[in-house]
Amino acid sequence: MTGNRTQHTIPALIVLAIAAVVAWLSFTEEPSDAFLFPRVISVFFVGLALWNAYRAVSGLARVGGGIDGGTAINVLPGLLVALVFVFLAATSLGFYAAGALAFVAIYTIYDPVPLSSLNGWIRRIAVTLVFMGVIYGLFALLLQVQTPRGLFF
Amino acid sequence: MEFLGYFGGVFEPVAMLLLLGGTVGGLILGATPGLSPTMAVALLIPFTFQLSPAHGLILLGAAYTSTVAGGAVSAILLKIPGAPANIATALDGHEMARRGEGARALHLSFLASGIGGVIGVLLLIFLTPVLAQWALAFGPSHLFWMAILGVTLIGSLDSKSFVKGLLSGCIGLWLSTIGYDDMQGVPRFVFADALTGGINIIAALIGLFAIPQVMEMFAKGRRASAIEQVAVTKHKLSDSFREIGRSGRALSVGTVVGSIIGLIPGVGGQIAGLVAYDQTRKLSPHKAKFGTGHPEGVIAAESANNAMVGPSLVPLLTLSIPGSPTAAVLLGGLLIHGIFPGGDLFDRHPEVIWTFINSMLLGQILMVIFGIWIAASAAKIARAPMPIMAAAVLILAVFGSYSVQQSMGDVYVMLLLGIGMYALEKFGFSAAPLVLGLILGPIAEANFIQGSMIANATDGPLTYFFGGPLNLLLVALVVGSILYSFLSNRAENAALAKAMRAGE
Repeated sequence: MTGNRTQHTIPALIVLAIAAVVAWLSFTEEPSDAFLFPRVISVFFVGLALWNAYRAVSGLARVGGGIDGGTAINVLPGLLVALVFVFLAATSLGFYAAGALAFVAIYTIYDPVPLSSLNGWIRRIAVTLVFMGVIYGLFALLLQVQTPRGLFF
Repeated sequence: MEFLGYFGGVFEPVAMLLLLGGTVGGLILGATPGLSPTMAVALLIPFTFQLSPAHGLILLGAAYTSTVAGGAVSAILLKIPGAPANIATALDGHEMARRGEGARALHLSFLASGIGGVIGVLLLIFLTPVLAQWALAFGPSHLFWMAILGVTLIGSLDSKSFVKGLLSGCIGLWLSTIGYDDMQGVPRFVFADALTGGINIIAALIGLFAIPQVMEMFAKGRRASAIEQVAVTKHKLSDSFREIGRSGRALSVGTVVGSIIGLIPGVGGQIAGLVAYDQTRKLSPHKAKFGTGHPEGVIAAESANNAMVGPSLVPLLTLSIPGSPTAAVLLGGLLIHGIFPGGDLFDRHPEVIWTFINSMLLGQILMVIFGIWIAASAAKIARAPMPIMAAAVLILAVFGSYSVQQSMGDVYVMLLLGIGMYALEKFGFSAAPLVLGLILGPIAEANFIQGSMIANATDGPLTYFFGGPLNLLLVALVVGSILYSFLSNRAENAALAKAMRAGE
């Protein structure tokens, strides 16, 4: 079996909980006509989620390797940068400024070149500026997308 | 031969520019490990908003065609398939590259892709109008079952676990109901302000396909690339043409297998290359050479991959059922431009659809020309640094999803859906059925409600939804697809358990 039983059980129970909430809302919310289709879906959703949870709890779930500690540690810094970029920095600093910071942060975090290397920093900043220039050209000039400005732009 | 009348649209300057840009860009994106064709097409959709529907579709079609072919570059040179469709290409292609025949393998791969692709698009041209005429007879109950069939087919055939595949489809169908109900104007499952307008399909597509790949790149950490360096030495193109001419068996098996698999809704290109490779090996007198760098392996796999592209659009354009996950994203692109697939598509938008299909035909030829041209510098493209790719895809995903409606809500939904999908994929769920549920959900619901009204006014829901040969056929296909997947899952599990017992 790939991944341990607990690894498979937790997501299976989360999916079951979501299915149960969907079914409960579909059968209790008014007007009932608006929830006719969600009611039909939720019956299958709950049935399949129950089956999936049973397989996970009894150790029959074999597909998917789960998330091990090493993967979580590697993913976490990049994920945090993405979350801060989208939920905080994009509107407070401005889309392009926040985008540039997120780009250079991710590049730096995952770049195998040591942080002490001056050339590494020059390359990171140069690539970020070129990439953000292309993004600005595409979205601001070509597509004329009005992005949140924030403190900078 | 109606399509010939619409060839002029492809040669307009803007259309040609988009076709060239989509082809070259698609080849580069396809050659870059970690960027799948599905994700490339999803990221491109926001760039089509300001284009006419025909021009938007030309760009998406060119990217679809060339990313599949471009995936062979990294499969051959790095043994990292650019897309799941290129897995079989790596088996012999990389062995050829290791013994200094990388350029030869790339030439053969692009030539085979082009030939398979042209035949696939010809099938699209001649089969689609026929199937479209047949689809005109469909009523709401049939369209409802077709939408459900699309979800169950991809859910059961595209996933390793049929329970999780179908569950992914259910999640997609549920997500499609979030927001205000069209009939009653009532909010449904609106847990946050960002969900008031429902889940935007394009933002969702970007999140579901791009963010998990970004996180996969994060998961590799700071490791320096340990990819084997393979030098690409020059090879005479005329020799490659002669070799393709002599490889009729691999080419025809690949093209036929790819075309048939493309026509089956939901099966997609992932398996086309592998099935074609396997069949060619079985039919070859040189079975033992396969896997050791045999050119026929590359030709069979690549001709199948691109032969699949055209036919995968036949069920999409006529029945709204995509033949592959990338075709599902293309469906999102069609809907965003107000083009609804169906039996009368060729009557309502002939200029858009024929220009799009014709551009795919020309795109195959351009793909061969530019593919061979970039083959010389392919090694550099295929070795793009992972941290740059991860950062670039994330930024493109954020800007792309924001540009759809200029709403931060779409960006929040895109990122959260993407993170959720990454976690679900780690536990065996897959994005394709979820996306199909999300796209086909509104079609299924509209026809279900319309059918229920007709049923209430006539013979009742049971007779309306289950009566008549076409309803019965569609229900049988829905049940059959689930049963087939269930039984094959059981057989696989039994074989695995037997192997484990034998190993103890």
